[in-house]
Amino acid sequence: MAFENLADRLQETFKKIRGKGKVSEADVKQMTREVRLALLEADVNFKVVKDFINRIKERAVGQEVLKSLTPGQQVIKVVQEELTTLMGGEQSKLHMSNKPPTVVMLVGLQGAGKTTTTGKLANYIRKQQNKKPLLAACDIYRPAAIKQLQTLGSQLDMPVFAMGDKESPVEIAKQAVAKAKEDHNDIVFIDTAGRLHVDDALMEELENIKEATQPDEIILVVDAMTGQDAVNVAESFNERLGLTGVVMTKLDGDTRGGAALSVKAVTGTPIKFVGMGEKLDALEPFHPERMASRILGMGDVLTLIEKA
Amino acid sequence: AKTRESMASRVNNLVKRYRKVDEDFFEELEEILISADVGVNTVLELVEKLKDEARTRNIKETEQLKDVIIEVLSSMLTEEEKDTSIAMQADGLTVILVVGVNGVGKTTTIGKMAYKFKEEGKSVLLAAGDTFRAGAIEQLEVWGQRANVDVIKHHEGSDPAAVVYDAVMAAKSRGVDVLICDTAGRLQNKVNLMKELEKVKRVISREIPEAPHEVLLVLDATTGQNAMNQAKIFGEATDVSGIVLTKLDGTAKGGIVLAIRHELDLPVKFVGLGEGIHDLQPFDSDTFVYGLFSE
Ligand SMILES: Nc1nc2c(ncn2[C@@H]2O[C@H](COP(=O)(O)OP(=O)(O)OP(=O)(O)O)[C@@H](O)[C@H]2O)c(=O)[nH]1
Ligand SMILES: Nc1nc2c(ncn2[C@@H]2O[C@H](COP(=O)(O)OP(=O)(O)OP(=O)(O)O)[C@@H](O)[C@H]2O)c(=O)[nH]1
Ligand SMILES: [Mg+2]
Ligand SMILES: [Mg+2]
Repeated sequence: MAFENLADRLQETFKKIRGKGKVSEADVKQMTREVRLALLEADVNFKVVKDFINRIKERAVGQEVLKSLTPGQQVIKVVQEELTTLMGGEQSKLHMSNKPPTVVMLVGLQGAGKTTTTGKLANYIRKQQNKKPLLAACDIYRPAAIKQLQTLGSQLDMPVFAMGDKESPVEIAKQAVAKAKEDHNDIVFIDTAGRLHVDDALMEELENIKEATQPDEIILVVDAMTGQDAVNVAESFNERLGLTGVVMTKLDGDTRGGAALSVKAVTGTPIKFVGMGEKLDALEPFHPERMASRILGMGDVLTLIEKA
Repeated sequence: AKTRESMASRVNNLVKRYRKVDEDFFEELEEILISADVGVNTVLELVEKLKDEARTRNIKETEQLKDVIIEVLSSMLTEEEKDTSIAMQADGLTVILVVGVNGVGKTTTIGKMAYKFKEEGKSVLLAAGDTFRAGAIEQLEVWGQRANVDVIKHHEGSDPAAVVYDAVMAAKSRGVDVLICDTAGRLQNKVNLMKELEKVKRVISREIPEAPHEVLLVLDATTGQNAMNQAKIFGEATDVSGIVLTKLDGTAKGGIVLAIRHELDLPVKFVGLGEGIHDLQPFDSDTFVYGLFSE
């Protein structure tokens, strides 16, 4: 049991039906079973998997078995293509306001990586576009959260706007934007406290920050190791705030990262960047096809297919 | 009993919707379990068991299978009770090492544990073994103040093994009951960081041969299948003795710990139910399984 990846799985299935000219419905059923398991093991939400499998079935039944590909490879190709499409194109850009400062708000569950990602995004945008960011410390709850952001600010040699932990986050955010205008910072990153999507009071606080600062981007930071609950989290944050993008963190680990697919499927918002480490330069643009291969448990599916 | 009731109502529901025992029926049963992040292999094993039962007993109607399902599930899920208490030394120092991946709740859990042990009348000392993450030392210091216990620290960037060594020395000379060591979050596939952790543990064992008396792996309930890898690899590197499952106050069920207990035989010792100092509870398998089956 427990095959390393989908390719092994499908190979096993296809030993039985090798040499057939057409993929029959029964074959497809066998195969989609394997695909389903692979996706579930990668933490893709089971409802998302269900929809996905139905699409695959439609596409795969009756297909001619290509001479150049084994049926297993062919199915992988279909699956990989569908996954890639579902995850959207590459959109690793932050939307810039034509009336600076651009306001970027980061939200998410506790410990997802918001504060670190705040530092990373600011670093990235300064490097790529020569912008002058201001970091706003709006987490007044977590012990030493402000200190954490200030430390990142000094590592980056970047200003951090803080008012201690007695002012309301809404007020801090508002004043941070005013301060950015005054100091000619062209982009403000608002680091918010981690919160549960079911914590009504704290979710309302985010709505109020949004209202007060009219952000150009509201980014949900999601831990790539998240399991089935990712859809509930993403759905709630999206409903309350209207997300504009997602950053997946901790993809330097060995998780398959199926949450990426779940989050994209329920919010429709693009995954813009991925976090690849704890250091402040460990941020990369999101590549849908790489993510698809990863979820399927394969290094690079396309080369695998081409070699065959 | 609660466990059985809640499972029964979920299973009843299922039985009503599918009268016949067929693939779709089993698939939905699978989904109930998978949606709680119970490990995929564990779920498959469970469902396989049920299919066998149905076959051998020639059961065709779901109604007849109901009791079997509840039986098989509850026996697998609440199998032998594990010892979930902390291995406190009757006299002398107890050393607890806390490990886990980034952001799961290690430092917070240490703050809560420190408070709990203090309340029980023990003297507690903390070691700021995360010298890497920005603000980590200050964060532990705030928890130290809240629980009213001292924190042994060096400055950011220093060697964590050296901090822990100093803390062990201090704990011995002060004669405290419990020393809890914080460590930096690290992903289990980072070989160098796992080596560093092994070294921290060795430093403790060198001073007190039977210590650390507990190595607690903190797992985030929101985590899916990857938690199994975390348990395996941290287990190999540091001989983990128990799990703390945090963030159960959210909607995630943390079902993966069932698979971890099933495959690796690791008990859950505490659960985290919030960000406050009181939000730590001993693990109760009935309550846990109840949550697993609630919608
Ligand atoms: N390996 C790795 N670690 C990361 C990444 N992003 C963040 N982290 C780590 O994850 C942990 C939590 O990160 P934070 O930035 O403090 O997370 P947060 O969402 O601000 O947490 P709260 O404010 O407590 O909700 C820290 O140990 C970070 O160093 C990443 O891409 N890879
Ligand atoms: N809702 C909830 N939040 C928690 C719980 N335990 C910890 N947290 C929060 O999770 C976030 C991360 O907690 P930390 O204690 O900093 O986690 P850590 O494992 O020490 O993180 P690193 O040292 O960066 O690896 C913080 O915002 C905590 O307040 C819990 O049981 N429930
Ligand atoms: Mg933070
Ligand atoms: Mg910590």
